[in-house]
Amino acid sequence: MIRYVLRRLLQLIPVFFGTTFLIYVLVWAVPGDPFSGKCGQAACPQAYIAQMTEKFNLDDNIFVQYFKYLGSLFTGDWGETFNGTSVGELIGTSYPITLRLAVIAVVIEALIGLTAGVLTGLRGKGFLDNLVLVSTTFLISLPVFVTAIVLQLALGSNGLGLIEASVSDNPSVGELIVPGIALGSLSMAYVARLSRTSIAENRRADYVRTAIAKGQPNSRVVGVHLLRNSVIPVLTFLGTDLGALMGGAIVTEGVFNINGLGGLIFRGIQNRESATVVGVVVLLVLVYLLMSLIVDLLYAVLDPRIRYD
Amino acid sequence: MTDPNLVGGGGADAAQLSRVDDSGTGPQKPRSLWGDAWRQLRRKPAVVASAVIILVIVLIAIAPGLFSSRDAGFSDLTHANEGPSGDAWFGYDNQGADVYARTIYGTRASLLVGVFSTLLTVLFGSLVGIFAGYYGRFIDSLLSRFGDIFAGLPFVLGAIVILTTFNAPGSNPGAVTIIVQVVCSIAVLSWPVAMRIMRSATLVAKQLDYVKAARGLGASTPRIIFRHLLPNTIAPVLVYATIALGAFIGAEATLAYLGIGVRAPVISWGVMISDSRDYFRADPHMLLFPGAFVTLTVLAFVMLGDGIRDALDPKSR
Amino acid sequence: MSDNELLLEVEDLHVEFRTADGVANVLNGVGYSVHAGETLAVLGESGSGKSVTAQTVMGILDMPPGVITGGAVRWRGEDLLTASDERRREVRGSEIAMIFQDALSALNPVFTVGFQIEEQLTVRLGMSKKDARKRAIELLDIVRIPAADRRVKDYPHQFSGGMRQRAMIAMSLALDPDLLIADEPTTALDVTVQAQIMDLLREIQEERKMGLVLITHDLAVVAEVADRIAVMYAGRIVEQADVTELFRAPAHPYTAALMDSLPRLDLKGQTLETIKGLPPSLLDIPPGCAFHPRCKRAEARCSEEVPPPHAIGFGRTSACHFAEEVVVNSRA
Repeated sequence: MIRYVLRRLLQLIPVFFGTTFLIYVLVWAVPGDPFSGKCGQAACPQAYIAQMTEKFNLDDNIFVQYFKYLGSLFTGDWGETFNGTSVGELIGTSYPITLRLAVIAVVIEALIGLTAGVLTGLRGKGFLDNLVLVSTTFLISLPVFVTAIVLQLALGSNGLGLIEASVSDNPSVGELIVPGIALGSLSMAYVARLSRTSIAENRRADYVRTAIAKGQPNSRVVGVHLLRNSVIPVLTFLGTDLGALMGGAIVTEGVFNINGLGGLIFRGIQNRESATVVGVVVLLVLVYLLMSLIVDLLYAVLDPRIRYD
Repeated sequence: MTDPNLVGGGGADAAQLSRVDDSGTGPQKPRSLWGDAWRQLRRKPAVVASAVIILVIVLIAIAPGLFSSRDAGFSDLTHANEGPSGDAWFGYDNQGADVYARTIYGTRASLLVGVFSTLLTVLFGSLVGIFAGYYGRFIDSLLSRFGDIFAGLPFVLGAIVILTTFNAPGSNPGAVTIIVQVVCSIAVLSWPVAMRIMRSATLVAKQLDYVKAARGLGASTPRIIFRHLLPNTIAPVLVYATIALGAFIGAEATLAYLGIGVRAPVISWGVMISDSRDYFRADPHMLLFPGAFVTLTVLAFVMLGDGIRDALDPKSR
Repeated sequence: MSDNELLLEVEDLHVEFRTADGVANVLNGVGYSVHAGETLAVLGESGSGKSVTAQTVMGILDMPPGVITGGAVRWRGEDLLTASDERRREVRGSEIAMIFQDALSALNPVFTVGFQIEEQLTVRLGMSKKDARKRAIELLDIVRIPAADRRVKDYPHQFSGGMRQRAMIAMSLALDPDLLIADEPTTALDVTVQAQIMDLLREIQEERKMGLVLITHDLAVVAEVADRIAVMYAGRIVEQADVTELFRAPAHPYTAALMDSLPRLDLKGQTLETIKGLPPSLLDIPPGCAFHPRCKRAEARCSEEVPPPHAIGFGRTSACHFAEEVVVNSRA
């Protein structure tokens, strides 16, 4: 088990460096004037350029720059925007909101997706099965921004009037439910299909036949033996999805006007706030990799066959 | 978002799909996997419907003039923001342009982005995947980590960074340039999925007895790869490619909605959605019609891909 | 349970499989009986229906596509086929138990072996966890798994093939069943391990006076362990006899052909005998005697009349029109 964990960690480290370096290069090193537009219409004064160059180590070669940046990250200094605002602070206020949104999305997709998938997987062909298949195919095909917009139109002041057009500055869980549904809609469809397939396949497994032959009550055959095996791929998917959704929340945050990381990075890109952009991306990559690691560990906990590799 | 990597379904099916059933026993005509698959596909109504929709979309892309009497550039400001009417089936947008005409003419760009992104993703991803699977060990580790680097980037985020890096806000890239950039961005961010599918299919195919036999007989590497491995590994990649095509069309729309994808003077469904971003709350028609076209096209590809997957799955026969 | 009490009586069982390609006649009038302390071997090739019969007795047949179209399964006189679902479940494990061929797939991979044994005791007998754990270790000891107190916490994939099969046997004994059905228990194992498992089964059976139904396609295994043998072909029992009598002089051409096809050390240098042709597709069973296309002594009558099983001596039946001749010829 320890070896397995260590091996996964070792695999993650080069990936972390690779991804973050890639982003760093894209943001900072692409030819062009990094300071265009910072000082209004005119070019920036020399003193300003000198100060910024010093601050962001722009005179060093790209590798040194990158490692100095990483170094400062690990000491807690996430840099500043060109105006001097702490990037760390900006991230600190937006990240919890995005996290809240992503968690809500995962919870919703787990509840609805698992229920639909398990029910149809157990029942087999029939009306419910066709309904779930059709609706999941449809949901998978809808781009998230279309879902978000349609939900907003239908439930907002144009339609049923159930929600506001945009959320407050520090949205509560209740306000984030509809955006959460939009964000998680695609994954929810995937979860439903995945659990349906998993249950349908495992239903015919030999160990299920054994459990029945032992005379175990049906509730245990399904609830303990079948379920325990079938949820493994679903749970691992949900874990990675949490990491993935945080990066993909940009669109949803845009439609519902949520002050999360999405908005932060969007403004950062518009205004060429390189430090902000790299900071947010590094954070999201880190979260994604961490979730991957946790999911792999979860997989080992759930499936004993993996542990003793 | 329409994460193409998600829609692809991952490599889980690869192991089952990669087995080609060559058994033709007795006096019956040999039934191959592909023959059976084709026969099964022809019968399913969902698949036939999807194929018809796709054919129509392709036709619209090739000859938009057949479907719309008005030109994409048509504009009559007096009718701006009007809803659907007998004169303009999808209504007018805020510039007075005919939404229906623009939707029809926008098909080509949307479809092209989808097709080229898929081609690039699948070709590059498959190549890397087959090498990783075939050579194994160190090369496999190296290539897999390389793929992980790109897989670790969330799609939308990565696309935003890439596209705005090469097009600073305010600059005005040419039509071809921007399409190429969008296609490349999508491919760069999606190829790891194609690679993983191809890699796991190759790993399974490598264990097949006749592949081992070929190696034992001294067959050259290219011959093994193309003659023996490839036919077995094509099935899951084909399924992925079909679904990915749909997903990438959705991705193009999403990127355009964010303002970083295809833009004027090119018309695509995404461009129309992007243009209507500020006006749709009052007049949703200018966004919903192109949005519906995107959804319908993606749906058709997803259903077709699903049908192909079911048809090629040896277990469901 | 008294000695030689009649435990199980399968009577004229008919089962069909309704598939997209047609109706397969999987069981066409199968009947056999098992007494306490007796080992009945059910011998046959793949597709002969031996497993389907067992599954029908246990009530674990996939229905659909399976359909029971006739017959009875009497357990101590009670027809299980007409019993309620709850009664059938009650019987499973506590009165009739079954073990399967591939222990790795038959055991749940995500639970420990101990858990899988104990759940029989806790859920069905209401035992406490502590008592169940103790009893599980005892059971593992009975099947001779060393270090049982440690192994009880291991997962199925951590056992070797033979040990795993023993664990499955232990699990089947948890509720002290009166009859054990073993569906090809040693087919997936090495020959030496096979012998050990068969010894274990025989020992357990003798000690507990259990009935044992041994389903197999391996004649050699049968010779060592069985008291009686029922030979199956295309969904019917073609011969039933005591083991010694069967081996000495088979009364059905199929049985005779099976024995002839066994390689023998004292016949070196001669061609191996085989049975020409393949078992029939159950969708399309030949008319009359199902074996007639492959039978060396088939006559016109064989393709017209289905030979019923008829007695040819005490406790012996054969479903061949010419059973007596076959017996005489094989003795020669």
